[in-house]
Amino acid sequence: MILDVAVQGAQMLLVLLLAPLLTGFVRKIKARLQRRQGPPLLQPYRDLARLMRKDVVLAESASWLFRVIPYLIFAATWVAASLVPTFGTSLLFSWSADLIAIIALLGSARFFLALAGLDVGTSFGGIGSSREVMIASLAEPAMIMIVFTLALIAGSTQLSTMAEFMASPAVGLRVSLALALIALIMVAIAENGRIPVDNPATHLELTMVHEAMVLEYSGRHLALIELSSALKLVLYVSIIACLFAPWGLAAAGAGLPALAIGIAAYIGKLAILGFLLALFETSIAKMRVFRVPEFLGAALMLGLLATLLRFVSGSF
Amino acid sequence: MTLTIVLACAAALLVLAPVAVMIGRAHAATRLVYGVSMIVAAISLAAAAAHLLSGAPPVAVTLPVGLPWLGAHLRIDALSAFFLVVVDLGAFSASLFALGYGEHETAPARVLPFYPAFLAGMTLVVLADDAFTFLLSWEFMSLTSWALVMSHHRVPDNVRAGYIYLVMASFGTLALLLAFGLLAGADGLYTFEQMRATHLSAPLGALVLILVLIGAGSKAGIVPLHVWLPLAHPAAPSHVSALMSGVMTKVAIYGFVRIVFELAGHPAWWWSILVLVLAGVTTVMGVLYALMQHDLKRLLAYHTVENIGIIFIGLGLALAFETYGMTFAAALAFTAALLHVFNHSLFKSLLFFGAGAVLTATGERDMERLGGLIHPMPRTAFMFLIGCAAISALPPLNGFVSEWLTFQAILLSPQLPSWGLKFTVPAVGALLALSAALAAACFVKAYGVTFLGRPRSRAAAAATETDRFSLAAMFLLAALCLLVGVLPGLFINALGPVSAMVLGGHMPVQTGAQWLALVPIAESRSSYDGLLVFLFMAMSGTLAAFAIHRLASDRLRRAPAWDCGYPDASPATQYTATSFAQPIRRVFGSVVFLAREHVEMPLPGDVRPARLKVDIHDLIWDALYAPIAVGIGIAADRLNRLQFLTIRQFLTLVFCTLVVILLVLAIWS
Repeated sequence: MILDVAVQGAQMLLVLLLAPLLTGFVRKIKARLQRRQGPPLLQPYRDLARLMRKDVVLAESASWLFRVIPYLIFAATWVAASLVPTFGTSLLFSWSADLIAIIALLGSARFFLALAGLDVGTSFGGIGSSREVMIASLAEPAMIMIVFTLALIAGSTQLSTMAEFMASPAVGLRVSLALALIALIMVAIAENGRIPVDNPATHLELTMVHEAMVLEYSGRHLALIELSSALKLVLYVSIIACLFAPWGLAAAGAGLPALAIGIAAYIGKLAILGFLLALFETSIAKMRVFRVPEFLGAALMLGLLATLLRFVSGSF
Repeated sequence: MTLTIVLACAAALLVLAPVAVMIGRAHAATRLVYGVSMIVAAISLAAAAAHLLSGAPPVAVTLPVGLPWLGAHLRIDALSAFFLVVVDLGAFSASLFALGYGEHETAPARVLPFYPAFLAGMTLVVLADDAFTFLLSWEFMSLTSWALVMSHHRVPDNVRAGYIYLVMASFGTLALLLAFGLLAGADGLYTFEQMRATHLSAPLGALVLILVLIGAGSKAGIVPLHVWLPLAHPAAPSHVSALMSGVMTKVAIYGFVRIVFELAGHPAWWWSILVLVLAGVTTVMGVLYALMQHDLKRLLAYHTVENIGIIFIGLGLALAFETYGMTFAAALAFTAALLHVFNHSLFKSLLFFGAGAVLTATGERDMERLGGLIHPMPRTAFMFLIGCAAISALPPLNGFVSEWLTFQAILLSPQLPSWGLKFTVPAVGALLALSAALAAACFVKAYGVTFLGRPRSRAAAAATETDRFSLAAMFLLAALCLLVGVLPGLFINALGPVSAMVLGGHMPVQTGAQWLALVPIAESRSSYDGLLVFLFMAMSGTLAAFAIHRLASDRLRRAPAWDCGYPDASPATQYTATSFAQPIRRVFGSVVFLAREHVEMPLPGDVRPARLKVDIHDLIWDALYAPIAVGIGIAADRLNRLQFLTIRQFLTLVFCTLVVILLVLAIWS
């Protein structure tokens, strides 16, 4: 029992602490791939600490909601991230929200972020919000279709049960799994605002989505939002890792050595997937905003196809 | 006992209506009518809830009114008790809201008499136990609500709305009349008791299903029979809009469930496919229409169409599982649908109340002329936000729970043996997921444009907070939204008797799991705990706020908006409802509504403003209703000639008709 609480607590802290590191790691790799020196690996931590210490400069037309939203977003994202199995499947509270609920929690965070974009009443906020909801309106159903596929294979929507099933030899190679993986990667790219859908480093007003929504945020509010988006990246990488690379996950009731292996494996997986993300982002150009629906429509169709295959026959 | 109380309440409301006619112009009439309605609704609500929760057996009574050889059969069982709870809760909150809102009514004498009559009509539909009483109450409900729609009859749009509503309602009742005719058979078995005992042949059952889908479906707002709904619901005063959208559509759902699940006999394999396809289309079309609106109340009305679709997805799944004898899965889907019925009645009423408060404060329904209302109306804004989050199916609120249950039911459906369903259900699941995401987008628009940003008109800038009765009604519903979201198990348990009565099975009792978690099938399969999610979010948010304010900085200063260095532009530069929806309109609307944008850009040196014109076509109206209207017009013109016949020709015509009728009778028998 105490171990369970410790594992859950460690999970919450681990994702929180690793989130800026992963962001920094991806930035560093991208810089190196572009033959630049790049900021130090720990730069995101310093940015966060500096932002937290600064005053908040609040727009005159901002409401109370604008000040509450960063905490809401952070809370929803953190809760969602702490329920995804990272190094072990025996999370104390993993039953309190299944994968559908985790997706919906991220949906809550996005809902409020989009509202924040509209709160100050500037046109840049509006452009970001309206594009964000357009992207989400396709990414979310695609994600639900992926969840359907995986849930029908694993016979559960609980992430820890799914991860255990994926680690067992009962899985085998399946067409629907491959389709779901491709769709999941596409959705993860869109949801995290990475190239080719959005550029996390851009400050060219008309090309940005996420950055435009948070344009009016400053100080601790901005720090929380940056931390939340870093957490969201960790969350998606963790979902991909625990479902499609469930190796080294500590099973329920495992002792400390297994947990240590789990943590090491998890950090290794984050590094590999982060490297792949950086590589992908460097090798592709950002697409026009109205190409994004086609990209996500493809993800939705892949997800639907995978679900249909599962409905038609259990052996796909 | 319960039935007596409930009937006494309905009778009291029926008495209140003529009283309101007499005192309609008196100053205290508003307070009196709404106050009495509220108390009566509270009593009726308590009785119905007690009946539902105690699991009492059905009680029936026959009153010596109505057709002399038939009487009026009335009955309360678990199903009607549940829908009575929905009706009475809606009636209670709407009356509470109207205690404040009704004071601003310009023509109270046109609203007050019909309001209690409308409430009584809905109550009697739910209690009716024979076809005659059912249809009579149904028509009464339609007519009183039509009168309420027409209460501001000098607005041309309202007159058109009222006309279309009247036509559609009559058409729907005609379909229901025919359906009951088939159910009653040649022997004229008018009571539901007798209809339950007889079994229809398969083709007749199918015909009944189609007629009920037309009759109850048009009242509920199934696409393509929804056209009257977004016109009529917003035209009524806001508390009546809330009742029509939140409650009357549920009475239509009751009619569907009562007839199709109970009276029409065993479903054929294609019934559920038909219902599911209609439901899926309804869901997505409803939300897409809503996204194209900038009238706040019409947007909400289109969302009713969407949510009716979600409810029908649950009902369609229940029908599918029932067809193949999968009682447990059917109970899950059915419970999901009923929970969504309850949830939708909560948040839709809440949202219409909010829209009513905005209307009172600013006199505007057009979102393009609103904005920044969160500053003068913080409480309304907070409650409306809860409603928006709930209808967008965000955890930990109630809308998410019922959609989550529907998803869980979809995940059980690969076990269905029918190939048609194997293809239909995943597609419907995708449509449901799509509509959930689009609904969130739409409510970001509705809330963001109305309450956030800067005021776009003088009326919006001068708004003040609404009165305390309205706030109390909104608070009640918002609190219930959170309560159902956090403790869904309690409400699902209360639905057990309903699904046991209709389907012969119910979901497992939701109290065994730790922390009051919701476990629809088995813990290893899926579970959701709204309470824990809520607590975790509250704790981590508070923790973050506390830690940052203590350890880092809590200073704050106000400055002009940054906006990339273009400060203090006019409020007209903000995103509007139309511009917010533009990306979605380009993605979905170009196919569904044939939306086209025409940009007129003047040449350099030309002083004309640039113009953007958007063409949107309602294809359902153009393809289905416009031809019918044209056809009726042509037919009427042709038949007009009959008015100018001579007596001789008239007599010939009458004689010929008589001969034809006699011939038909002769051949028939």
